[in-house]
Amino acid sequence: MMSSVASTSQGVRLPLLMVGSLVALAVAIATATAIGDYTIGLGTVVLSITNELGLTGAELSPIEQSVVWDLRLSRALVAALAGAGLALSGTILQALLRNALAEPFVLGVSAGASTGAVCVIVLGIGAGSNALSFGAFAGAFAAFGVVALLSNGATTGPSHTILAGVAASQLFSSLTSYIVTTSGNAEQVRNVMFWLLGSFGGVRWPDFQLLLIIVPLGLAVCMYLGRALDAFTFGDEDAAALGVPVGRIRIVLFAVTAMMTAAIVSMIGAVGFVGLVVPHAARYVVGPMHMRLLPASAIVGAVFMVTADIVSRVIVSQQTIPIGVVTALVGVPFFAVILYRARPQA
Amino acid sequence: MSILAENLTWGVRRRTIVSGISISVERGETLGLVGPNGSGKSSLLRLLAGLKRPGAGTVTINGRDIAQVPRKALSREVAFVQQSAATETSVTVLDVVRLGRTPHRSALAGWSARDESAVVKALERVDMWGRRQQSWQTLSGGERQRVHIARALAQTPQVMFLDEPTNHLDIHHQIEILRMVRDLDQTSVVALHDLNLAAMFCDKIVVLQSGSVFASGTPEDVLTETLLKSVFKVTADVTRTAAGADMHIRFMP
Repeated sequence: MMSSVASTSQGVRLPLLMVGSLVALAVAIATATAIGDYTIGLGTVVLSITNELGLTGAELSPIEQSVVWDLRLSRALVAALAGAGLALSGTILQALLRNALAEPFVLGVSAGASTGAVCVIVLGIGAGSNALSFGAFAGAFAAFGVVALLSNGATTGPSHTILAGVAASQLFSSLTSYIVTTSGNAEQVRNVMFWLLGSFGGVRWPDFQLLLIIVPLGLAVCMYLGRALDAFTFGDEDAAALGVPVGRIRIVLFAVTAMMTAAIVSMIGAVGFVGLVVPHAARYVVGPMHMRLLPASAIVGAVFMVTADIVSRVIVSQQTIPIGVVTALVGVPFFAVILYRARPQA
Repeated sequence: MSILAENLTWGVRRRTIVSGISISVERGETLGLVGPNGSGKSSLLRLLAGLKRPGAGTVTINGRDIAQVPRKALSREVAFVQQSAATETSVTVLDVVRLGRTPHRSALAGWSARDESAVVKALERVDMWGRRQQSWQTLSGGERQRVHIARALAQTPQVMFLDEPTNHLDIHHQIEILRMVRDLDQTSVVALHDLNLAAMFCDKIVVLQSGSVFASGTPEDVLTETLLKSVFKVTADVTRTAAGADMHIRFMP
């Protein structure tokens, strides 16, 4: 009797699923580290990592060791955390806005980040290696600020917030276009385009360290509020009737998602689709209740992004396809299957 | 006294929607709120349930001013059933009823025996235990309403507010839902449109007009031909059975 009520009907047993997906993540990261224009054996990959961690002292070619540790591992780990963060943000926004189309960029964050990045690339505002990231981060938060202002501190209803997000996105997109068309040269426009489509090319360990703080922190806050998120199933008023402080939760979670998204976008550009599709895929497997859905989304997002990064590097030899292109190309067929299988049964 | 509202006033911008309403409901009583569209039934219900903050006046539930009670603590005593709740999420009946335990659970607490028994009882009370695994999306309107009442019951409240719970239901389900509400141990306040059903199932009736109480008392005392004419602008014939217990309102074309 206990188990029949204590656990929901949907989904496979959670511990098994978690272990399985963590293994999948480890395999994906190892593969991402091994594969590339210069393929390195899995054994060497593992030894390089344990060498760097001081666990082993194997004799390896310094080049291979450096490629594994300095280039590929940091990149794969950033991809994993970025995927997790975007998927998590999408899950939160879909729940709070009660909209299946909500995704991390619905609050105008990506458009804002683009504007910030373009200001740095084209106008040359700021200097130094971190200027681009910093500009993007500032732009993202400026856009979120506009949304919060337009939707009255994000305390008004979901549709109001979505409209405010659309308005902010339009505003910042046109600002970006204005700056690019009036002062950009061809080379700069190409840079901007490439940045907008997303790339893991420039990420290194410091990026990983920042995400290692922000994303797990975001997950912890979201999990802590997971039960409250469930209460939004039938709308804001219903959540309030169940004792949830709606306004406060809304603003806290919006800020957390904006923070995660802004940090990720500032590193890898506006990679779409992950935040939209992964929550749906995870929901399809573990059901809609957030204590299961949030960790599931995070891990599926991580595996998805690492896999997409592998594809982006190997699909055309000697060339890396923008990650945003891959997430959409891989994501759409995958999404089509879910949409088809999850269609309402008459 | 279970619910005591004093001099409640509420409005949007300059438009007053509820003005100076005072009502009281005894423990275990079922109170019907009736009145024409826009008379303030839904707003009053939300003020009583603490979902809206009154511009003036107070609501006291079980002796405590609800403005002083934290939202979560209030939800352990007061449940609110909104009319035709909807979602696009594919939840099961059980998921929905389990939500009723939200105010009783801390953020990371496990599922307790008390949670378990409240949910089982609530599902059995509305006769949905056997269908607890069914998807909410596949339920009919009447079943959805029953599941929402079960969710409210899982809150183990002492007071329940229902906003037109019989909307869009066929007559069989209307009667079934209201009989269930009447037979509950809780104090209930129900906003209703159907005056005959209100007369059948409510111990007391409050008639609202333009945001104020026009009349209140037992159905027999309140629902008179004169009142129906002046509040609802209809000509009606109110008859009572010999025993005086059942009354019937017949509207004239």
